[in-house]
Amino acid sequence: MSVNRKFIPILVTFGLFVVMFAAGSFRYTGFFSLQVLMNLLVDNAFLLITAVGMSFVILSGGIDLSVGSIIALTTMVSASLVQQQGWPPAVVIPLVLVMGSVFGYGMGAIIHYFKIQPFIVTLAGMFLARGLCYVISIDTITIDNAFYTSVAQTKIHLPGGSFVSISVIIALVVIAAAIYIAHYTRFGRNVYALGGSEQSALLMGLPVAKTKILVYTLSGFCSALAGVVFTFYMLSGYGLHAVGLELDTIAAVVIGGTLLTGGVGYVIGTFFGVMIQGIIQTIISFEGTLSSWWTKIVIGLLLFFFILLQRLLIARRSTLKL
Amino acid sequence: MSDQDPILQMRGIHKRFPGVKALSNVDFRLFPGEVHALMGENGAGKSTLIKVLTGVYSIDEGTVDMEGSPISVTSPQESQTAGISTVYQEVNLCPNLTVAENIYIGREPRKFGRILWKEMNRNAAVLLKERLNLDIDVTLPLQYYSVAIQQLVAIARALNISAKVLILDEPTSSLDRNEVQQLFGIMRKLKSDGLAILFVTHFLDQVYEISDRITILRNGEFVGEYRVNELSRIDLVLKMIGKELNLLEELPQLSQEYKDSSGEVLLTASGLGRKGSIEPFDLTLHKGEVVGLAGLLGSGRTEVARLFFGADKPDQGGITSPGIEGGIHSPRDAIKRKIAFCSENRKAEGIIDDLTVRENIILALQASRGWFRTISRKRQDELADEYIQLMNINPPNPEHLIKNLSGGNQQKVLLARWLLTEPRLLILDEPTRGIDVGAKAEIQKLVLSLSRQGMSFLFISSELEEVLRVSDRIAVLRDRNKVKEISGEEMNPHEIMQAIAGG
Repeated sequence: MSVNRKFIPILVTFGLFVVMFAAGSFRYTGFFSLQVLMNLLVDNAFLLITAVGMSFVILSGGIDLSVGSIIALTTMVSASLVQQQGWPPAVVIPLVLVMGSVFGYGMGAIIHYFKIQPFIVTLAGMFLARGLCYVISIDTITIDNAFYTSVAQTKIHLPGGSFVSISVIIALVVIAAAIYIAHYTRFGRNVYALGGSEQSALLMGLPVAKTKILVYTLSGFCSALAGVVFTFYMLSGYGLHAVGLELDTIAAVVIGGTLLTGGVGYVIGTFFGVMIQGIIQTIISFEGTLSSWWTKIVIGLLLFFFILLQRLLIARRSTLKL
Repeated sequence: MSDQDPILQMRGIHKRFPGVKALSNVDFRLFPGEVHALMGENGAGKSTLIKVLTGVYSIDEGTVDMEGSPISVTSPQESQTAGISTVYQEVNLCPNLTVAENIYIGREPRKFGRILWKEMNRNAAVLLKERLNLDIDVTLPLQYYSVAIQQLVAIARALNISAKVLILDEPTSSLDRNEVQQLFGIMRKLKSDGLAILFVTHFLDQVYEISDRITILRNGEFVGEYRVNELSRIDLVLKMIGKELNLLEELPQLSQEYKDSSGEVLLTASGLGRKGSIEPFDLTLHKGEVVGLAGLLGSGRTEVARLFFGADKPDQGGITSPGIEGGIHSPRDAIKRKIAFCSENRKAEGIIDDLTVRENIILALQASRGWFRTISRKRQDELADEYIQLMNINPPNPEHLIKNLSGGNQQKVLLARWLLTEPRLLILDEPTRGIDVGAKAEIQKLVLSLSRQGMSFLFISSELEEVLRVSDRIAVLRDRNKVKEISGEEMNPHEIMQAIAGG
């Protein structure tokens, strides 16, 4: 056994990304460039950040459907406070981050203390956050605040003539931090234990309540941070921003090799899951004649493929006991 | 050993639950360097005693001393801190984490909050190698290993919590023979390291193989503490069930004339077995015969019944019936061959609470006809009335909700349900558990009279008297093995107890 079997799903994800990038490069002129790769990051920075939070939730055996709505609410609150109330961004950004975290904390507490399915609690959270957007305004609020526009337009130049945005730096920092948290802190390992078996985690004396609530708090925080990044990207607040994003996020996490039942998966897998979704969109836009709905079709097929792969690996494992 | 002081001493332990006295005045002590078996039938209080000791339940009365000084355990964490570690029957670890993590999670070696994986893996490998003689890759997820190894990892985790007392709660129930030997080897090693091991099992052979001392509980009461070499197997069984052998001898026999077993063969099981549930056995059932299954709890009685009904798939051997093609591979096959199974689990697998007596009675017949050929209401009423009378069901009202009937009457309704399908073989698993003496006798009489009319029975009961009273032939099970078949004049309590106790 040269490769540890637990790394198979993540290697498949990584391999798929490489194959897709190679295929695009052969087929389309101009595809094979660093900037195409960098644009994947630029266009999906907010998705990356959201998916990191979602990875922890799914690893713990839960699900969070509220992420898209929290992004929308964040853009809405930011735009309203900055644009209409004239608050400084230095106050608004920490404020929305706290708001997202508190929202996640509340959902986590309800899930744990009332023993309610995460699906239904975060579904309620999804409707609540989306509804709150329209309390602020039913229209788009465009932002022309100097700080926001300058962050949106800043290009960080890389050697070779390509560039990334500030949002990309934020996303990469979040991913690096998440990998560290997942593998080198007790909280991270407790999340994996919780996803493996909640009953066992309890009997092993692990802090189940704290871990569970913190997972949803973290997801709320990530969603709010993604909302901030999304505000830079769109320069507006709107109640219909990021509709259905929770499903894209879940898809990215699963394509990244994380088991929906929890306990198995890697943050870096999620990174490539997002990148695969991005590259599908890029290929379709290079193709030019295909409707953007083809993205959904390919993602749907990939999801089927990955779920079946996981099932096969589990089946194979049970026949390969040492 | 006895010149030492006990490491753990429990005195006068009382534990009440609403309506039940789970433990009353129980004493228990453990010496360092011994394996101490805790024995008792179901409901004797073994689990309660362990849960009290591990802090899952609080104690109503009594004291627990650890190394001579009193301790109070009110949570599993406290019990672990006091040096008491438990490995449960089902492995309570996380299958997705690595072996090393499962041993150390919650206590990982850290530096500035960062988990030191290398150190953890090294420590885990050393711990497994030195204390458990286990040389495995600790960086693989636990789920890649067999249950036996997972169990050993659970023990390693327990040991790591600087344990002085190790509780093993039925650790062998999912292990095969070699794995049990491996576990026993480790238990001996730990014992020689000075650990006190509390061992719970219902396999008598294992108790005699590994234990130094036995404490017996019965109905929540302390029966006694014995050295293994001073207590014969048959005495152990008698103390567990609380009967004197000479009292058993004086049982009135219901069926004095045994049917000879040379009648028409109904079913033959040959080499029928299933790993982890029952060792391969042969058993032939004849027409009109009552075959009793005797043995202690967990000896494999229900497992035999489930194999005959096709509810579990055998991995060896098969069942044949003369004149009929094919074996029994599913409950559907069994029902087609007119075999009915009345489960021991009356509440969960038998009665449907919110239906009437009539509806409960016709359920199986209706199911066997298919839902499109409904039984007319008139016919339903006739059938219900007929069986209410036959079985003497009280109150004799077919429209009564079954949940309002007594246990004995519910059992009669269940019997009626299966009798209505006119089975050739009726498997009764603990048909008289928890019902009053009168109803018990009626059910026993009914079994006998139906068998004389040609119906065959496989009769399972924990009560030896009852099995003796109704059976024409008795198969004795011990430790998931069919050890003996007893018929005719040999059918006396002494003979059966000897077979149950073995050795």
